[in-house]
Amino acid sequence: MSARRWREDALPFALLLPSVAYLALLILLPMFQALLLAIQGDDGALTTEHLQRMANDVNFRDAIRNTLVLLVLIVPAQIVLALVMALLVHSRIKGHRWLLYIYAIPLAISDLAAGILWLSVFTQQGYLNTVLQGLGLIKGPIIFLSYENIALVFAAIVVAESWRATALVLVILIAGLQLIPRDYFEAADLFGANRIGRTIHVVLPLLRPSLQSALIIRTIFAFTTFAAVFALAGRNLPIVYGEAYNWYTLSRDSHVAASYALVLLLMAGTMTVFYLRVLGVGKEQLGR
Amino acid sequence: MTARLIFDRILVYGVALILALWVLAPLYLITIAAFSPQATAYDFPKQLLPTTLSAETMQFFLNSRGVVPSIINSLVVALLTILIALTLGTPAGYALARFRFRGRDAFSVLVLTTRMFPVAILSIPLAVAFLRIGLYDSVAGVALVHAAMAVPLVIIITSGVFVGVSHELEEAAQTLGCSRWSAFLRIALPLAIPGLAAAAIFTFVISWNEVFAATILTLRERTFPAQVLTALDQSLITFKFAGGFVMAAPAIVFIFFMRRYLLNLWGGR
Repeated sequence: MSARRWREDALPFALLLPSVAYLALLILLPMFQALLLAIQGDDGALTTEHLQRMANDVNFRDAIRNTLVLLVLIVPAQIVLALVMALLVHSRIKGHRWLLYIYAIPLAISDLAAGILWLSVFTQQGYLNTVLQGLGLIKGPIIFLSYENIALVFAAIVVAESWRATALVLVILIAGLQLIPRDYFEAADLFGANRIGRTIHVVLPLLRPSLQSALIIRTIFAFTTFAAVFALAGRNLPIVYGEAYNWYTLSRDSHVAASYALVLLLMAGTMTVFYLRVLGVGKEQLGR
Repeated sequence: MTARLIFDRILVYGVALILALWVLAPLYLITIAAFSPQATAYDFPKQLLPTTLSAETMQFFLNSRGVVPSIINSLVVALLTILIALTLGTPAGYALARFRFRGRDAFSVLVLTTRMFPVAILSIPLAVAFLRIGLYDSVAGVALVHAAMAVPLVIIITSGVFVGVSHELEEAAQTLGCSRWSAFLRIALPLAIPGLAAAAIFTFVISWNEVFAATILTLRERTFPAQVLTALDQSLITFKFAGGFVMAAPAIVFIFFMRRYLLNLWGGR
């Protein structure tokens, strides 16, 4: 092999090396260290002390339950909402480019900002009460965000998160729709399928891979919502990600914080495996 | 046109419009809230139309302790993040677009999985490590973590961009006497600049919005979202509204410039 040929063969690896090294140093290594933080005592010996302290924490069970409840409420809402949006944009109705732009705006908004935006709506002297009273539906302002009525607090968080993160699902679904040849839509029209029939029998089966990756990506990211919860519910509604934050910033205990972070990773991993098993997603689709 | 078709049309446009209003309404309302006088913060019912606009709330917010420095910190962190992420990610994106090589799929999987890790699991051990090496509470430390989040995305976007730049042009330049490197610099890079700009904006958005790592890794050198988050417990509601507006408003501009590249992000290659 000539020297020049060798240089050509080595080139792609040389181009990849900086990013691989960087990701290894700042993502893979810290992940390993998080594990050590959770299971190692100060003397370096293995211990379950930190995990026990986490499990005995008053908020532990509530945090896990609340995280799962939010997940179950938010993710399906987003999938349905995003599917409607995606079909509208894809149908090339007049102004579909503007629709895509508007629907995608929340993609660049953080969960903290989204939480505050919806705080202006749901707060006691907020815009929702203003509208409800203006329509004559209520006599005086309702207190939506109080610990007294936790279901309403959950509802507010679900609305804020559905509003924000639907955009991500939308983008995945539109990209998926674009992979479906236009002929399929035209053929369905030709055979007299109406809009809803066409969607159920033609589009959804073809869109299945995108729906699955949207489901997995959204579920994993839904675990990391915490600032919207803080903005709307304060620290009264414990969630796993928020507990990791609290244990580090308030209690200055990196061990328990890391334990919570690991619980989060475990939950996200379990959900992914669950989807793969139950929905029968092929491994090849994960690479999408 | 039959009545049925007309009804169909109205339904489709009606749903499209309602969904557009659903997205825009909170942005409109936070804007009114952020530009209402301080004294009206607890008024009820609220004004739904911008009748009493005032810069008072915004002035109060920007004069609050730590807010302006945190905005400056956020901008510095974002620029550093762009610099690191594009420098590291662009070559990898180019390699993915141009070469078939052993381990290519393994690399793609690495990129995809690293994009999925919750930032909590990185920031807590990194905070411990940064304390030891003196990067704790610095814009550089935050930028290093943000860049780790952005590199996978930059690789995906740039590889899509370079796939779109014909390799034949580069090869033609090489037959005309350019080296591989100068063919890249003179042909591929200039053609890729709009796509690289989009990658830079995406990176900016990631960094501008990230709050967990930024709060964990700093104490005084807060970024803007970290400043707002840590002040959440003890701040007036007008402070929150103004903060929410400043955080969210740039999205309207960002998405406008990125709209052509949105679909490359998650679905395509």
